[in-house]
Amino acid sequence: MADEFDIAVVGGGLVGAALAWGASGAGRRVALLDEGDLALRAARANFALVWVQGKGLGLPDYAAWTARSAAAWPDLAAALGGETGIDVRYGRPGGLHLALSEAELERRAAWLGRLHNQSPPYTVRMLDRAETARLLPAIGPDVVGASFCPDDGHCDSLRLFRALHAGFQRRGGRYRADSAVDGIRHAGGEFRLATKRGEIRAAKLVLAAGLGNARLAPMVGLAAPVRPQRGHILVTERVAPFLAHPLATLRQTGEGSVMIGDSQEEAGFDTGVDTGVAAAIAARAVRAFPLLARANVVRSWAALRVMTGDGFPIYEQSAACPGAFLATCHSGVTLAAAHATVLAPQIAAGALAPELGVFSARRFDVPAAA
Amino acid sequence: MFRRRPEAAPTLAIRVDGVAVPARAGESVAAAMLAAGLLRFRDAPAGGAPRGPYCMMGACFDCLVTIDGVGNRQACLETVREGMAVETQSGPRALAR
Ligand code: FES
Repeated sequence: MADEFDIAVVGGGLVGAALAWGASGAGRRVALLDEGDLALRAARANFALVWVQGKGLGLPDYAAWTARSAAAWPDLAAALGGETGIDVRYGRPGGLHLALSEAELERRAAWLGRLHNQSPPYTVRMLDRAETARLLPAIGPDVVGASFCPDDGHCDSLRLFRALHAGFQRRGGRYRADSAVDGIRHAGGEFRLATKRGEIRAAKLVLAAGLGNARLAPMVGLAAPVRPQRGHILVTERVAPFLAHPLATLRQTGEGSVMIGDSQEEAGFDTGVDTGVAAAIAARAVRAFPLLARANVVRSWAALRVMTGDGFPIYEQSAACPGAFLATCHSGVTLAAAHATVLAPQIAAGALAPELGVFSARRFDVPAAA
Repeated sequence: MFRRRPEAAPTLAIRVDGVAVPARAGESVAAAMLAAGLLRFRDAPAGGAPRGPYCMMGACFDCLVTIDGVGNRQACLETVREGMAVETQSGPRALAR
């Protein structure tokens, strides 16, 4: 027996949940199909940052898309809180990127300078050591300065994830666990998805399955050239607050745990923890904040980001199978607001705005040499 | 709540929040505190509820105390030493001390 929906979203992670929540309501019947517990779950690699600084060099539209999502985040947090009663603990105290040597500081300033020239006005500014210490009194002697962006913030990503799912179901959406999609047929203006729990029929289809998109996209005439990029995360015991601002690689949660994540590794689909990498991450964190040498690490894990060749997202509607959309990115938290409030309504309406055209995977098609 | 068996008579003393607590060489800090009737080892950082040992085998992390100035030590895994300074904890551990 088939179940019929207006929209089927494939992938129950942060990207899929944000799109499903944003597309549901207004009487639309939306299904969210999730894989089993053993799914790779890029969401596990997330760092809960709503992050603007440093992003978008090489693609001004991505810098703008990121800034737009960050600007929409306060409304997203308020809407989720109002609908579900879940406080996602969003805050925008401004974020820093620390430099542990003069060379690092110069590289950072140069990168941000190029970004400023490409995408003005860019709100990041460089801080010297004394200015950095005013914001972060716990820094160690190796810290020579930082870049600071007032638009950077963070949230509790577990609560965000729960709120998106709860909000989706409150809006009447249907969540299906253990429903990996084995095949997709497009016929008679609808999509038929084969899952081991039966067939799902939907007028529109959204592929938000992270690394799984590489397998699914060709079934509807799309391409999703994505690869796994591993990241390690270390979490300490809960400690008294000492860090008022999130860093790109280190933040303190509302409960007091310190999250440390500072690796980008090409390790295929291996999600194992590499103790050498973990030790290097910890050592750098201790140089930044010597008091962390006393903290006990209580959890560590590795997970796989979803990475494209240029690091930018793919958003695209299939020309061969109209109504099939692809959405993939590595910044599911930062972009949750744009996904839920900008992209999802466009998908529901059946067409992506022309401004999203730059995010088509066609940019990876290299023209043959003449 | 707990009583020492006759053959487990104390042989030394530790200090818990400045007060001498009898202990027996080889036993854990948690055992000595429980034998002395001390049940509140800490307040939970989230919520503030009183906590004490639950598993006595290193798995639950409910027995955390400060030992000789180092916070969040598992009292059930630390062996007593003469003169050891134990402090019960309130709220999250301050790394700065
Ligand atoms: S009592 Fe469970 S870890 Fe100590």
